[in-house]
Amino acid sequence: MTTVERVPKDKITVEGLTGDAAIAHALKQSDVDVLAAYPITPQTIIVEDFQRFAADGEVHTKVIPVESEHSAMSACVGASAVGARVATASASAGLALMWEILYCAASMRMPIVFTVANRALSAPINIHNDHSDGMGMRDSGFIQLYCQSSQEAYDTTLMAFKLAEDHDVLLPVMVGIDGFIVSHNVERVEMLPDEAVQKFLGVRVPVQPLDPKNPITMGPLALTDYYFEFKEQQDRAMWNVPKAYKRIEAEFKKLTGRSHGMFEEYKTKDADIIILAMSSMGGTAKAVADVLREKGEKIGVVRLKMFRPFPTKEITKAVGGAKAVMIFEKAMSFGAVTSPLALEVKSALYDLEKKPLVVDFVVGLGGRDVPPETFVEGIEKTKKYLEKGKAPMYETLGVRK
Amino acid sequence: MALDFARGVIETRWHGRGGQGVVTSNQMLGKAALEEGNYIQAFPEFGPERTGAPVRAFLRISKKPIQVYAQVYDPDVVICIDPTLLEVVDPTDGLKKDGTLVLNTTMSPEEIRNKYGFKGGKVVTVDATEIALDIMGRPFYNMPTLAAAVKATGMVKIETVIQEVMERYPGKVGDLNKAAMERAVEEARIG
Repeated sequence: MTTVERVPKDKITVEGLTGDAAIAHALKQSDVDVLAAYPITPQTIIVEDFQRFAADGEVHTKVIPVESEHSAMSACVGASAVGARVATASASAGLALMWEILYCAASMRMPIVFTVANRALSAPINIHNDHSDGMGMRDSGFIQLYCQSSQEAYDTTLMAFKLAEDHDVLLPVMVGIDGFIVSHNVERVEMLPDEAVQKFLGVRVPVQPLDPKNPITMGPLALTDYYFEFKEQQDRAMWNVPKAYKRIEAEFKKLTGRSHGMFEEYKTKDADIIILAMSSMGGTAKAVADVLREKGEKIGVVRLKMFRPFPTKEITKAVGGAKAVMIFEKAMSFGAVTSPLALEVKSALYDLEKKPLVVDFVVGLGGRDVPPETFVEGIEKTKKYLEKGKAPMYETLGVRK
Repeated sequence: MALDFARGVIETRWHGRGGQGVVTSNQMLGKAALEEGNYIQAFPEFGPERTGAPVRAFLRISKKPIQVYAQVYDPDVVICIDPTLLEVVDPTDGLKKDGTLVLNTTMSPEEIRNKYGFKGGKVVTVDATEIALDIMGRPFYNMPTLAAAVKATGMVKIETVIQEVMERYPGKVGDLNKAAMERAVEEARIG
């Protein structure tokens, strides 16, 4: 194990970057061998910027401009199979077109980094943010990390390669930012020097690459005889993620002083009501907690970053002592018991003897703005549900009814 | 009294039309604030930019990391770069009582106050269209309007924002913008 030292301040570059541009810079510094992508809003800047780096000779990456997202992910699988470090980016309908190959990438254990500017799914066509695309792919076998800011998007993209390529893991990683809200938002981003990133990431060491001199077959037929065993292995690999993630983040923290955790806990220790949200909404929730606490209301926040694997025990511990957990989420699962995030949280809490009341609000679909006032409205409702001791399985907030 | 979720944050809202450079000017102002050691969020009203359609952009500047990710509803500063929009949108909508209104217009601050009934804060007017036509020969009035806003608010130093513009547009375009911005600082009327 090499000793990691904090990168001195004068070696850090501070720039104003959109979330997309921050990811493009992280991809550039990660020395990606192959990037195959098809443009789609609001992810477009990632690949646009990266293409410019490639055209200017700043990266040695083979950029493959494919004819569809299905081909993009297919090309990524092929390149990853020969041992390359591989990345792609997409959103919404583009992500949906990758569907078939998402499952292949995960099941074939290809450590692809997939950056997503999360966006609503059609119809009607909508280019704005929600988490329908990410939640839709939640069972594909990808690790899923949702980021609050441009800085976190940069940090997480770097760490994602190390996580994906870890031999205890070997799974693809989705790194999500909120479309437009973060993807097109210029924020302050601290960037590491190239050498520090190279040293942190190293070169990918493939376990079993495709090699003409030593031919093997990957992803072939497995029927009733062995298919199930593949899935068993895949599931075990997923549960190796938290340990590897913590180790990688600890190293990254030594380098940068920053870490984001599987989730962020904010003023939760004595909280009566804990707001649980992902991505940029987790940021707004913290500002809401600050202001309401001054009024004497004990509000805390859990900003969940790692949705897959879901940090079951840790989340249970973090929110289990509160009177209520108020979930704000940007996806619906039509006809389900409740919405995707609440499904996870309620399941996680089921075995607790004394459970907090779980209140689930679906908000912000198709980019509907979620200002602090919407959180306050949710808190007021949650307080009423606490008095009654009962809440609906889920409800929408901020929609014409 | 509404709760204040933006303490310690200066919030700005821009009005313009697609293609006039609202998003770019907003980023220039944001990057200047970043250069001066602040945290920022500079973002357009999310959506496809259509040439000629009214567009908005938002900026947050703070000494501390900014947590709120939502549109700006109660701005400290409103900047409108297109005079024809003054008949279409109410630029004072949500503007704080002690806020600053910056307009590209031939009207005086007094006339603007009467037009919108805006009594508090500051009103800044500048004929950025004329300045742009004079100096650049084309109606690129976003940067001179930005310069007037910087003069009136002191959000950043004018030198810092001019530096950002020169870096973004090296050469002649940058020089002309600089000249237009300097003249706007001289000519902006505050009342």
